[in-house]
Amino acid sequence: MARPAIEPGAQLDGFTIGARVHQGGMATLWSVTHPGINVPLLMKVPKVSEGEDPAAIVSFEMEQMIVPRLAGPHVPLCFGSGDFDRQPYVVIERIPGKTLYARLGDLPLSYEEARGIAGKIATALADLHRQNVIHHDIKPSSIMFRDSGEAVLIDFGLSHHNQLPDLLQEEFRLPYGTAPYMAPERLLGVRDDPRSDLFSLGVLLYFFTTGVRPFGESETLRGMKRRLWRDPTPPRQLKGDYPPWLQEIVLRCLEIEPVWRHPTASQLAFELAHPDQVKLTARSERLRRDPITTVWRRRFNRGLTLPKPKSDVAAQLASGPIVAVALDTEEGSGPLHECLRATAEQLLSTLPSARLACINVLKLGRITIDRTLDEEGNNKHIDRLVALRHWASPLKLDESRLTVHVLEAVDPASAILEFTRINQVDHIVIGARQNSMLRAFLGSVSARVAAEAVCTVTVVRPPRSAMAQEGKARASPSSQAART
Amino acid sequence: MGAEESVRLALFADIHANRQAFSACLEAARTRGAERIICLGDIVGYGADPEWAVDTVMGLVDDGAIALRGNHDNAIGTPSESMNAEATAAIEWTRGRLSAPQRRFLAELPLTQREDDRLYVHADASSPARWRYIRDTPDAARSIEATDAHVTFCGHIHRPALYSMSSAAKMTSFIPTTDVPVQLLGGRRWLAVIGSVGQPRDGNPAAAFAMLDTASREITYCRVPYDVETAAERIRANGLPHWLADRLLGGR
Repeated sequence: MARPAIEPGAQLDGFTIGARVHQGGMATLWSVTHPGINVPLLMKVPKVSEGEDPAAIVSFEMEQMIVPRLAGPHVPLCFGSGDFDRQPYVVIERIPGKTLYARLGDLPLSYEEARGIAGKIATALADLHRQNVIHHDIKPSSIMFRDSGEAVLIDFGLSHHNQLPDLLQEEFRLPYGTAPYMAPERLLGVRDDPRSDLFSLGVLLYFFTTGVRPFGESETLRGMKRRLWRDPTPPRQLKGDYPPWLQEIVLRCLEIEPVWRHPTASQLAFELAHPDQVKLTARSERLRRDPITTVWRRRFNRGLTLPKPKSDVAAQLASGPIVAVALDTEEGSGPLHECLRATAEQLLSTLPSARLACINVLKLGRITIDRTLDEEGNNKHIDRLVALRHWASPLKLDESRLTVHVLEAVDPASAILEFTRINQVDHIVIGARQNSMLRAFLGSVSARVAAEAVCTVTVVRPPRSAMAQEGKARASPSSQAART
Repeated sequence: MGAEESVRLALFADIHANRQAFSACLEAARTRGAERIICLGDIVGYGADPEWAVDTVMGLVDDGAIALRGNHDNAIGTPSESMNAEATAAIEWTRGRLSAPQRRFLAELPLTQREDDRLYVHADASSPARWRYIRDTPDAARSIEATDAHVTFCGHIHRPALYSMSSAAKMTSFIPTTDVPVQLLGGRRWLAVIGSVGQPRDGNPAAAFAMLDTASREITYCRVPYDVETAAERIRANGLPHWLADRLLGGR
């Protein structure tokens, strides 16, 4: 069958071809319009003629399979596709503006700006990974931003979908991708670990904050393989003022073994959103690369690393959720706090990669408070943080898995919901308000959180006998002193 | 193609006289809007309800279904030397249960059938009467190279798989995810191995089948839980080898 011509003014499946926007090595991008679609559109047409790189076809096929299934603000929407037996193409939403590649002249960026950018990319990756897709080509030129601020990931030609055939898996003997950003396990043929994307983001963050690529620009397999045993120069060696929390995050992303990186992109986004709560380890202080003996041990003992079973993207994400416990340090009672702790303990004991965020809402009056009260408010803030840590201490969680947050808000339910949304919390554990008088007056925070949250919510109540005793205790004024 | 009218096909392989499993699959396929039925062979053997299974497939064929001959169907009329003891015992028992018209129906089933750009066969398409398994990509490549069909559908190995060959003759293999449709892209050729209705062997005892939308070219691998205990009990009650009952429970 004759292929329809692709040229300005031509028609294809209802799309009118406009100007040629970009001519790349693997595909050509055309601006197109469609009478029923109001957003700007791009048509991507692969180069398939004789003599072209066969990778162009395979990576187009991967996009053809993956892009129509993606949803959400962090990917371009797909509006149609055509198959090879007539004219292969995909039509996607055209994201206005430039890719992050345009910022390369501005490097290094300020730590704060780089933190913001990396946080947005981590959030986008978390959304992509939840859709069972690993991007595998995270680099400045595959990242754009919407006017509303969200990062948009583009170019899925090297991606892996956990529930679809991986056409790239057996196609090429050498790993295919962008050398400076490629995770070490990719060089060993691993394509099903979402933490490969965290490594690439670590490379980007290192580059954007130091102006130097951590593994250089070598394109040879030999040069690329060095990252299997050679760790990068710690950023603090390059820049004396490099913040320890940032070095902690960057070097954790760049760990050779995926298991030492952040368990999920959501958890990485969480750390980037709360730099003051990043648990600092020896990584944050490092000024030199690993000694040569360590490097040699890594280099010549590679065969000793245990073979890993095929990972399941969804299962891996599920094993590292962000769990938030909402505690009412004022009104909450001993039995309820114990039950909340028992519930958190049960959740965390089966999920070794989970992290726990303890949150408390410091309720503000609707009318602005003056300066003296502000002072008192600050003290309250610290008291609450102390109370949260105290509550969590019996859980004996490693500091890297625990954070505490006091949110100041007029409306506690809204504050909890907002925190959940921004931090991509997977599971909220919250106690039900017990005092029925207060519930009648103030409404139930837990009921609103359960109704409106975008994630799973567990509403905890103490056992009935404990509640009855609590009721009695509340009635006697002498017991008040025993409560903290 | 592309302009082809959308027809939803239900593909069944290796029914093996398992009435409980096949009934559950037919019902599930109807629920999913199946308009056409393809039986990829091995209607009988192993299971305890061969008369019912053959009558059911005969009825489906009268209504326009396509049915292929598998090695167990073939062995009813032409005893096979390559079968193991349990399979042989089941075939001999089955032969005694089937009427002459039922036996003739099985013997006359075609080994392959072509429909548009699709090829249906029980096992390896490069040599359908040799009943070779498709175990890996070299096996799949041999089968794909023997036909110009865009998609070949087969069974025989009782484990679902999906192979493809690119225009540069590179192979890919994939274990399908239940209920996630995969578009059989036009730029490559495909071999869809359908799991077994009546005796799954991939560790999942649920009955397997697949649906294909001929216009969107999307294949969906499906699993259906069924009354395994009854199917196993019927095998034991009829004096068939107990292993044939036990393996149903674990999908082995």
